Amino acid sequence: MNAMISTATPSTAYNFAYLDEQTKRMIRRAILKAIAIPGYQVPFASREMPMPYGWGTGGVQVTAAILGANDRLKVIDQGADDTTNAVSIRKFFEKTSGVATTTLTADATIIQTRHRIPEKELTETQVLVYQVPIPEPLRFLEPRETETRVMHALEDYGLMHVKLYEDIATHGHIATTYAYPVKVEGRYVMDPSPTPKFDNPKMDDCAALQLFGAGREKRIYAVPPHTSVVSLDFEDHPFEATKFDHACALCAATHTYLDEVITDDAGGRMFVCSDTDHCEERRAEGHRGDLLGEAPAAIAGSAA
Amino acid sequence: MAVALAFADPVHEAQRTFRAVMNALARPGTIQPVAGLLDAPAPLSSVAAAVALTLADYETPLFLDAPLAANPDVARYIAFHTGARIAAAPSQASFALIADAASVADFADFALGTDTYPDRSTTLILQMESLMAGPSLTLAGPGIKGETTLTASSLPSDIVERLAANRALFPRGVDLILAGPDAVAALPRTTRIRSA
Repeated sequence: MNAMISTATPSTAYNFAYLDEQTKRMIRRAILKAIAIPGYQVPFASREMPMPYGWGTGGVQVTAAILGANDRLKVIDQGADDTTNAVSIRKFFEKTSGVATTTLTADATIIQTRHRIPEKELTETQVLVYQVPIPEPLRFLEPRETETRVMHALEDYGLMHVKLYEDIATHGHIATTYAYPVKVEGRYVMDPSPTPKFDNPKMDDCAALQLFGAGREKRIYAVPPHTSVVSLDFEDHPFEATKFDHACALCAATHTYLDEVITDDAGGRMFVCSDTDHCEERRAEGHRGDLLGEAPAAIAGSAA
Repeated sequence: MAVALAFADPVHEAQRTFRAVMNALARPGTIQPVAGLLDAPAPLSSVAAAVALTLADYETPLFLDAPLAANPDVARYIAFHTGARIAAAPSQASFALIADAASVADFADFALGTDTYPDRSTTLILQMESLMAGPSLTLAGPGIKGETTLTASSLPSDIVERLAANRALFPRGVDLILAGPDAVAALPRTTRIRSA
């Protein structure tokens, strides 16, 4: 899709950004506690939203609580602005708040994501809102909330290291590739949402405020700007971000997260940037991938 | 007697005030402008009133320090605009409004949260005569790149020791919102602090 900035006229049938003011206050209080206790999951009274759980109701509620009339909102699903979830949520906010929306990472003041972090470095003036399905990193190791809560209180994270060790014992390396656990400011172990581990290093010392909303599980947590976020690992098996053997087939980038796209039923495939805005920007700058010449003009953009 | 007016545009003014408080907590030491509520009954400051009306409601008991409790108009104003109950003891309060910040009670008298629920703690809203003049503090910790400086006029003289004790309780502890004449700053429990 081509970069776009749009403004809409809000529907007057809704309060600004859909939620009522009491709900916003409750969410805002949870956000402030989350910022004060980095990585700790603050319980909140998640509301039923006009979309199913799993479609980003947590992120939508966090965005609705912080959004102001002068914000510019960008919504991405993985890295893309033009997939169903991103389009639906962007339209939801256009309709209920009338705020300006954008696909340009640099232009946005709030970026809601499921689940990638944009390739372009985020700035002091931006807030990144994550949609989170399962906020508790220990949940698949210990199903009882009463127990995981005590484990966090006691900083008892041995079980998580055992899990990573079992990865090594079975696969020879840590095979967790997304929702890779991190430790925030040396205290709480946190699920960075199912973001690919490629993006984990971007969370550390990030200039933007990072907020996480889990609607079904009713938790909000946060990483303040310039906060230490360390991916768990072992001295002899250090954390490694995902590396790709390919360059992007459209913009030739070798430093980005790539999606594999099947192109025919004979084993043909291409690898393209998951961050559509970043890829478009590179093509506009004249970077040309191997398959750009074959791509339809709409994908190839102005550089083709 | 009629209760003084509050936000003319409650939705957007509360949102702007919240964003200022959020940014202040996310970036300790920064000064975030807030348009105060000029009709707030003395000694409640206009900015402290805006913060209280933005965050408090029937779910959040609110504590008033002695100078604020002395004027019944303050409690009436809070009750009318937010529906918040006035907490009898600081340990029961979600928020504490403190007009005389220099003689604020020991932080341990407020709710500090528990190890399993450290969020169940009091947020103190301290009224400051100025965020431009007064003793300087050097801050470090989450939200701060390296170190930064905060100047505030009305904090207790032993604030460094008090905040060090508060920091030692982490993840428990109180968070401070400093309400200046036309802006807020904040000291969350994570901030490490020393005299500059």
